[in-house]
Amino acid sequence: MHPAFSVIFFTVASGAGFGLFSLLFIADTFKLGGGFSQDQLVAGGLVSLGLIVFGLLSSTFHLANPKNAWRAFSRFRTSWLSREGVFAVVFMPLALIYLASIMFDAPLWLRESTGLLAAILAWITVFSTGMIYACLKTIRQWNTPLVPANYLALGYSSGSLLLLLGAVMAGLDTTPYIAMSAFIVSIAAVLKAIYYFWIRDPGLSPTINTATGLTRAKVKLLDTGHTHGTFLTQEFGYQLARSQATLLKVLVFAIGFGLPGLMLVWVFNAQGGQTLAWVAAIAGLLGAAMERWLFFAEARHVVNLYHGAQRC
Amino acid sequence: MRLGLVIDLDVCVGCHACAIACKQWNASGTIGPLSDYQPYGAEPSGVWFNRIRHYEMDEYPHNKTVNFPMSCNHCEDADCVTVCPTGASYKRAEDGIVLVDQDKCMGCNYCSWACPYGARELDRSSGTMKKCTLCVDRIYDEALAVEDRQPSCVLTCPAHARWFGDFDDPDSQVSRITRERGGFGLMPELGYNPTNQYLPPRRKPVIEVNSQPRSGLKESIKQFANKLVRR
Ligand code: SF4
Ligand code: SF4
Repeated sequence: MHPAFSVIFFTVASGAGFGLFSLLFIADTFKLGGGFSQDQLVAGGLVSLGLIVFGLLSSTFHLANPKNAWRAFSRFRTSWLSREGVFAVVFMPLALIYLASIMFDAPLWLRESTGLLAAILAWITVFSTGMIYACLKTIRQWNTPLVPANYLALGYSSGSLLLLLGAVMAGLDTTPYIAMSAFIVSIAAVLKAIYYFWIRDPGLSPTINTATGLTRAKVKLLDTGHTHGTFLTQEFGYQLARSQATLLKVLVFAIGFGLPGLMLVWVFNAQGGQTLAWVAAIAGLLGAAMERWLFFAEARHVVNLYHGAQRC
Repeated sequence: MRLGLVIDLDVCVGCHACAIACKQWNASGTIGPLSDYQPYGAEPSGVWFNRIRHYEMDEYPHNKTVNFPMSCNHCEDADCVTVCPTGASYKRAEDGIVLVDQDKCMGCNYCSWACPYGARELDRSSGTMKKCTLCVDRIYDEALAVEDRQPSCVLTCPAHARWFGDFDDPDSQVSRITRERGGFGLMPELGYNPTNQYLPPRRKPVIEVNSQPRSGLKESIKQFANKLVRR
């Protein structure tokens, strides 16, 4: 698949935003590390909403006809893309009420219930983002439950690193935040490793024979019938050399999971260190962006069978 | 009704006439234009609803070229419709034709990802998704003669490799020919239940080329004379 930067940016930014928001709610409820002040909570909440809004806006850049984007909310019953939009829109007012009730000292029940609902909706929204890809039977590398699991784990791991940065900046006791980050980042790394292992084996995927129905002998492409590229070759033709994919996977693990992990140890030993926390957060986001790029670049759509691929 | 096409891979000669006829009709049809990019330039490309590819089956000397026209299969379980967030893509209940409402489409490409058959192409000039309409603006047109109320590609095909009809009717021409010739849908394992059916190339006996001894000049003259002489 052609990796579109607007979509990569959107999924990484909004995933981190939703992750940050949910973990901020947990940090607030349990007063982790002494607890953030009201202002700090609101600031953190606004950062997460900023990431989400920025991401959603950037996703409209890949639309060829954005003036109809508002219609995307209308097929909630069947389309995961529609659901994602609806959940994100329902999340927003709840999150804002939660932040407002922190700011204006509203009764605890209002603060906690809207916060909890918003955190649940954040989870559902990121799950829906993953399902946009996972529901496609046409792309073997995407059609697996590991995809929404990866989207959630990566969103929460980059969110947890951002939250740790906040805790360091606010001068809180960092130990609970480090523990939380370490836990989530390692889950994300394990899930990603399982995913990379899983997609190596094509399994029972379609072949050029089932695609053409000519199953009684070997089939090979003689001519695609078009002079230059088509929409199909532009959108689905992208192919990544295996060596390049392997290199990128190593980088995803080194930068996205290894480096933040190292920084966590360092922050723990130093009991603070803003630069270290910044490095951890940025490396986490960068790793997630590389992972997302690879997620698209490695996906092989079955239409490639008609363009000569033997198996997809 | 479940309208669709039958494509006979045994007789298709791969002339691309159906694709041209399709482009001609639909460029000015209900969802036209079908934009071309650099039509006379170095990298000609554009929107087509029907594309013909060419394959080779088996290996020499048992090889066979198979010409393979493909357009929207108007699938029974069309994921392109379920994934569409705007409701622009829809399947008509009355005849099963899958269409894209050009006034609703936001050009997100999602439906093209969901289509296994490469039937959907984004038109860069309108920013909307386009695909085969089964000539919905022809087949019901009462101003046309009855025999002309068929998709453009079917009418044009010089080899009669294309048939149009109702698969819900077990006695329709398309149902009968599919039954008799063992027609099949493409990539059945994905579960889209494509309506269009393909007829396989026939198994023909191998024609021996050098079986008869070459006749000499004398023999040819004799044969020629035999033909001339009335008995
Ligand atoms: S062939 Fe593709 S575009 Fe046509 S109905 Fe089937 S899935 Fe949809
Ligand atoms: S490109 Fe248009 S028709 Fe296709 S899924 Fe998006 S909105 Fe629907």
